[in-house]
Amino acid sequence: MTDKTLGSETQKKFFDFSILTSGIFANNPTFIQVIGMCPTLATTTNAINGLGMGVATLFVMVMSNLMLSVVRKWTPDKIRIPIFVIIIAGFVTIIDLLMHAFTYDLWKTLGIFIPLIVVNCIIMARAEQFASKNNVVDSILDGIGNGIGFIGALVLVGSIRELLGNGTIFGVTVWGEAFRVFLVILPPGAFITLGLLLALFNWAGIERKKAEKKRAEALKAARAGEKA
Amino acid sequence: MKVFTIFFAAILVNNFVLQKFLGICPFLGVTKKIDTATGMTMAVIFVMILASLITWLLNGLLEALGIGFLTTIAFILVIAVLVQFVEIFLKKSSPALYQALGIYLPLITTNCAILGLTLINVQNQYSLLETVFNSLGAGVGYGMSMILFAGIREQLDLVEIPEPFKGFSGALVTAGLMSMAFMGFNGMIKL
Repeated sequence: MTDKTLGSETQKKFFDFSILTSGIFANNPTFIQVIGMCPTLATTTNAINGLGMGVATLFVMVMSNLMLSVVRKWTPDKIRIPIFVIIIAGFVTIIDLLMHAFTYDLWKTLGIFIPLIVVNCIIMARAEQFASKNNVVDSILDGIGNGIGFIGALVLVGSIRELLGNGTIFGVTVWGEAFRVFLVILPPGAFITLGLLLALFNWAGIERKKAEKKRAEALKAARAGEKA
Repeated sequence: MKVFTIFFAAILVNNFVLQKFLGICPFLGVTKKIDTATGMTMAVIFVMILASLITWLLNGLLEALGIGFLTTIAFILVIAVLVQFVEIFLKKSSPALYQALGIYLPLITTNCAILGLTLINVQNQYSLLETVFNSLGAGVGYGMSMILFAGIREQLDLVEIPEPFKGFSGALVTAGLMSMAFMGFNGMIKL
């Protein structure tokens, strides 16, 4: 819904940065939309893996958004999903082969999750909700915004898990072996870390709403006082 | 004997949801009630076995033609077509089952557990029999964690939890605790 209104408002301007920032903050794919959980949980054992996964997803998302918005006018509505899937799978194969050639270690660590970018809900959701309805420039911006939002989330979760589990961030020693919670690197740690982070964001949202309510009430009381 | 090892390892040690993080979206999305979790499980097991059989044959063909790099595209297409086909077939042949699975079937195309399973089967170079047992085990393990999780969430609805932990955040922490319990199976089966 919000995407639709966003798109119609921005027909006049060539670059609209609200599309870009919306994907990073207000509609962050991981923390606000809560989609694409599989790679977020699986590839964040350290910050570098998270970053690699995020960049691969960003590439696929930008390219597929671009391609889909180009062909959107010739796509019959009934078979649009298979068309989306083929286009996305094509770009995933490209990034898979590129990573195999240039970043072999990362390719090996991420393993099965690189081909699984095809079924990443974020890419499908952006294709369905945005790229199939908006022009090329907006679609690319949307892809970049959501991609950066996704990278941010993966690097955040990855950094926390690496710091607590290994005492390092991006392989740089922070406190090293002095304090290690080994569980954080294991599968349960992924679930619990992400759960606690989401709870933190929820808590922040609730507190902000409370503060807004209080301010509104105070304003109301002040106005009532003025009238009296 | 090896097929049974693969079967039990797929259920407990390499549990798809809790150890391998495959198929998390439906795991969080449709486990508010045990009924819906069961329906989804049935649909997933059904498609898993069919998809892994067909992709096993297809992989042989792709390898023979020397175009192994097309695996991802070919497999996702097979799964998408298969899901559509199963939907049409069930609608005609057994409306009762179609009614039961109805809404969950189309969702399965984008379930990474299916594509993940077919890719794992190919990567491990399983024989046809091993593929079938691995798929069955993965499906049963997936279903088990879905239904257990749905049971826990039904109970969670009855208790008071702090506001920030309502919804996905609390569900993820619960899944983390379940995953910890499943870690107890680690080392039970050596492959």
